[in-house]
Amino acid sequence: MSTAPRRTPGKVGAAIVGPGNIGSDLMFKLIRRSEIIEPRWMVGVDPTSDGLARAKRLGLEASADGVDWLLAQDELPDIVFECTSAKAHEANAPRYAEAGILAVDLTPAAIGPYLCPPINLEFNLDALNVNMITCGGQATIPMVHAVSSVVDVPYAEIVASVSSRSAGPGTRANIDEFTETTADAVSKVGGAATGRAIIILNPVEPPLMMRNSVFCAVPPEAGEPGDLQDRILESIHAMEATVQEYVPGYHLRATPQFDHARDTWKGMARVFVPIEVRGRGDYLPDYAGNLDIITAAAARVGDLMMAHKLGVDPTWKSSTALGESPDTVATSVPTAAGTDEKAGV
Amino acid sequence: MGDMTITPDQVPTVTEQLTETDVRDLTPGGGGPTDLRITDSTLRDGSHAMSHQFTEEQVRGVVHALDAAGVQVIEVSHGDGLGGSTFNYGFSLVDEFQLIRAAVDEATQAKIAILMLPGLGTVHHLKKAHACGAQVARIATHCTEADVSIQHFGEARRLGMETVGFLMLSHRASPAKLAEQARIMVDAGAQCVYVVDSAGALVLTDAQERIAAVLAEVGDQAQVGFHGHQNLSMGIANSVLAYQAGAKQIDGALCALGAGAGNSPTEVLAATFERMGIRTGVDLGEVLSAAEDVVRPFIPRLPWMDRASITQGYAGVYSSFLLHAERAAERYGVPAHEILQRVGEAGYVGGQEDMIIDIALQLAEERELGDLAAVGVR
Repeated sequence: MSTAPRRTPGKVGAAIVGPGNIGSDLMFKLIRRSEIIEPRWMVGVDPTSDGLARAKRLGLEASADGVDWLLAQDELPDIVFECTSAKAHEANAPRYAEAGILAVDLTPAAIGPYLCPPINLEFNLDALNVNMITCGGQATIPMVHAVSSVVDVPYAEIVASVSSRSAGPGTRANIDEFTETTADAVSKVGGAATGRAIIILNPVEPPLMMRNSVFCAVPPEAGEPGDLQDRILESIHAMEATVQEYVPGYHLRATPQFDHARDTWKGMARVFVPIEVRGRGDYLPDYAGNLDIITAAAARVGDLMMAHKLGVDPTWKSSTALGESPDTVATSVPTAAGTDEKAGV
Repeated sequence: MGDMTITPDQVPTVTEQLTETDVRDLTPGGGGPTDLRITDSTLRDGSHAMSHQFTEEQVRGVVHALDAAGVQVIEVSHGDGLGGSTFNYGFSLVDEFQLIRAAVDEATQAKIAILMLPGLGTVHHLKKAHACGAQVARIATHCTEADVSIQHFGEARRLGMETVGFLMLSHRASPAKLAEQARIMVDAGAQCVYVVDSAGALVLTDAQERIAAVLAEVGDQAQVGFHGHQNLSMGIANSVLAYQAGAKQIDGALCALGAGAGNSPTEVLAATFERMGIRTGVDLGEVLSAAEDVVRPFIPRLPWMDRASITQGYAGVYSSFLLHAERAAERYGVPAHEILQRVGEAGYVGGQEDMIIDIALQLAEERELGDLAAVGVR
């Protein structure tokens, strides 16, 4: 049985295209936490999709007839979240733009600028299409930026370890897109001259929390205790607090480690920043911090961009004092729901 | 960036026409001159034991000697595969593509193989290695994650490379699970699938059952291979059992030069198989000389079954973690074997070298708390 259609006065309508794990988690996040955006449409291509059925139960208009259906509605969304594949977004992006709909792209298509909320949102508030990079990018690039805003970083490398259960079939079939998109953004958004990215899938049970390592090459003096090192540390801790505003489960797993300069590092010293991301269980289990961080970042970006457009203050329920989840929290990442979703982990 | 999804039906079939004699000679055990094919990994797995500091001169010397000994495939790459030169795994002294080009230049009959791990290396690395003259693409995934390799097998086949799938840390999957994963690789274009004992943790029948299960699944659609480590001293015995279970490709490394306690020594494989009347096509005298006269002189430390590497075999830890654990042990003042034991308990997989720092920090903290407790501080 469906609930009444969602039409909360004063809220802007959002469409989610791609009803897989990421699309579903995003739907729950927006319903529970956004005071500006209301998800009203869920769009897929498979009529048997669990994600579409779930959206319908929660009062969204859901259809398996794709973006054609969405754009044929009398009322159009103000904002669309693309949770499909890079290829699908490449086809859809011009159509959203033509209809004047803001697109927040969670695939690696990267048609719009790379966006990492604590770093470069304010410069892109008027963009019509923004790209959320990858989960590993959202988790690590803030820390690369924290270091590169204090010292020159000629090279930065990130290693994202995620539970096998939280990597959908789309991610697996296109793993090079993850490494290449993330590496590019480590450089362009993180501020390192050169970026590298590595992703490791680990099947261990119980599933591992998402764990990321950031390695930055830094000047030799930053490898020794002193003022420069203290400033880097301060910048890292400040960034941790900033990201926690929208991803409460984001934290340093240990104190950043500085290593002295070495010849094999071209005379550079190194800082190592270990990060763990615990998801908040809006829809997916807590180990899927990789999915949580990209949906949280996307929801945050959508909220702030719509608030900017409407000229209102953004508000975001980041407290834990929320009601019950509107649906049972999944105890594992449902695999069937991942079939029509290819967004970057 | 475009969608790079490749479905198995898009993988082109190799159109090169082979004569019946070619097929016989190219197929180990096909009635030609060999019963199995040895792939030497001194210049890839050995890169771990050399902390990735191979020189071009060393590479040329090893390739020259192996090629002269009749070894048919020689693998050259960073220890962690193409693109492995990083903070996390250790930077290479010499660019691996320069080493691959040198190896191709030096070989007369041997094919040069490369290793790559999807998630670390990409299709771009693969194309570059092919452009340098590499002919065999060995694509490695954790033993339960074969589907991340589909695009890479597709590309390797499109490039006309021979393909080998590498199911790493095979002790972590049941024979049935491995067979299922091997099927994914074969459907994606793998012409051989290896049971890879990355931790040196398979003990005799563990290896044989896995080879048999993979073979039963892939039948004559692909060959089956075995890559052994010496952490529990099982490399040679497991290789013999693998051959007896139907494996046609076996990995070794001269002087066992490889991660952990090293690989099955190529020269011992050659001697053992010769004693058994199994034809490898490798000249024993030449390969013994390659090990003794070419490799041994430049090895800083012979791989050995010591407390740390035996712990790797026992606890099922990816062999290349050894030197990283030793370095973390020195830096944080905790024993390497305790770090490795903890890595095994946590179930970390190949590529998660960064976790060694986490564990060393945890152990150091626990020791500090223990010391404080011992003097009555709570």
